[in-house]
Amino acid sequence: MPENSHESVASHTVPHGPEADRPTFWTRTRRRIGEPVVEACIRLSGLAVVAFVFLIFLFLLKDSLSLFREYPLGQFLFGTQWLPISDPPQFGVVPLLLGSLYVTAWAILICVPLGVGSAMFISEVAPKHLKNVLKSLIEILASIPSVVLGFLGIIWLAPVLRNTFGLSTGMCGLTGSLLLAFMALPTIISISEDALTGVPRTYREAAYGLGATRWQTLWRIVLPSASSGILAAVMLGIGRVVGETMVVLMVTGNAPVMPRSILQPLRTLTATIAGEMGETVGGSEHYFALFAVGLVLFAITFAINFVADLFLRRARK
Amino acid sequence: MNGARIRQQIAFGVLGAITLLIVVPIILVILYIVINGAGAITWEFLTQAPRGGMKAGGIFPAIVGTILLVVGTMLFSLPLGVLSAIYLVEYARDDLFTRMIKLSVVNLSGIPSIVYGLFGFTLFVLLLHFGTSILAGSLTLAIMSLPVIITASKEALESVPFTYREISLSLGATKWQTVRYCVLPYAIPGILTGTVLSLSRAAGETAPILFTVAAFYLPRLPHSAFDQVMALPYHLYVIATQVPNIPISISFATALVLIALVFLMNLVSIILRAHYRKKRLW
Repeated sequence: MPENSHESVASHTVPHGPEADRPTFWTRTRRRIGEPVVEACIRLSGLAVVAFVFLIFLFLLKDSLSLFREYPLGQFLFGTQWLPISDPPQFGVVPLLLGSLYVTAWAILICVPLGVGSAMFISEVAPKHLKNVLKSLIEILASIPSVVLGFLGIIWLAPVLRNTFGLSTGMCGLTGSLLLAFMALPTIISISEDALTGVPRTYREAAYGLGATRWQTLWRIVLPSASSGILAAVMLGIGRVVGETMVVLMVTGNAPVMPRSILQPLRTLTATIAGEMGETVGGSEHYFALFAVGLVLFAITFAINFVADLFLRRARK
Repeated sequence: MNGARIRQQIAFGVLGAITLLIVVPIILVILYIVINGAGAITWEFLTQAPRGGMKAGGIFPAIVGTILLVVGTMLFSLPLGVLSAIYLVEYARDDLFTRMIKLSVVNLSGIPSIVYGLFGFTLFVLLLHFGTSILAGSLTLAIMSLPVIITASKEALESVPFTYREISLSLGATKWQTVRYCVLPYAIPGILTGTVLSLSRAAGETAPILFTVAAFYLPRLPHSAFDQVMALPYHLYVIATQVPNIPISISFATALVLIALVFLMNLVSIILRAHYRKKRLW
């Protein structure tokens, strides 16, 4: 009887506790069977993440190999013509690769100085309340869907560029580059800012103590110390730009030709997959060729992210 | 010293100008869409299906489609993401498997969205016979959202003080009981913040749903998870590029609804974060 009353008191004071004083059949079963099951699920989830990367690679590889059984690998990698529906079809990836390279290079050239500059302003110059406003605005930019920017590119930016440069069409590489530069800014700004903020305070204090101004300290001490993190920011920015699909599909003019100038219509790897997948017949050479393009894209972004991760690790040390 | 001061003034001025050069266009873009789109947003636009070759009527099926996709994405990615984060923070030893998971998370976050689209198409649409469906689209978007959810959940779990775990274990609780009752409850707000943020990205994505779920024009609502749906981002792409002579106000209004939906989700995540900071125990 005293034991009973003790039990009832305990269960009242700890009503939500995981354990009752005397385990019932169910709590015992849950502990003996439930726990291993839950822990197995946890391990499986970890495994699933690894499995997804492998599966993505495997699926791309499998369908790419189907192409290379009929179409020589060399002609795919070094061919300068992408004519998927002519007879015989040509699946040279070089024009698409160069298209991606042109658009990415210009976008990065535009957005790295702007992004790093404004990261310096946000982390070192702006007072606290302004800093918060600026960071919120950058977060807003990060959340704008790419298809919306693509739409604005068609409606507004392409006509403006056409008139400014006197082009025959505003749907060209530069329109894509400008929009992609805009889109990559949040990535570059936030990671550079983290890198700048992460520089130990003692570095700054030592510089101030020697009589350096805030600008001298920022330019000669803080910026070089944060260089690993900033390089990581640039790499991740490049990854973002190379992989972006909708903007380039909508505004770069979709001309799979060897690009000679950024002011010409061209086409990137991503836009080719998005634009042509709907028109292919499953199991055709063209269909497999698009997977091969996907594999090239996967390899490029894998390498970029790997390097970015190395920089980030070094920055953390 | 005076020269150095002047140089500092100039340098900070340039940095400020650069920041303005970025911030002003952001505000202009939002204003441009709001001003041009707000006029076309009526009750009819939000609650009716498109009519007359999408030149009239509303975008109701696309709104419903996007919401269904977001919910579907959450159903798959939240448990998987949180469990993997629990594994990484609470269970993993510093071994090869753990390093592979971490590397995989990094690489998943870098894979282009269109490659997810290809993968989802081959695995879910073709191999598993889900067809072009909400199920296939949600699964594709879920895998894409995983890295953000895992990273956010990991940070939330790591921020729970180590003493919480020590006390629970010293009282005789098992590993899972400790995680379930002494760690997870305190990490949930952080996890939710990251999840909502990643879902808002998923809501605006077009490339992964191109071949896995999106319907060009489908005025009726879906009956099951195996149906196709229209989705806001894809609908905007379609009316902006594929269909000629769409009244421009309809495109702007669609863009505005999409942006409003994404911002609303971001706002939820910001409120959650603020709430969480206030109630934080450590």
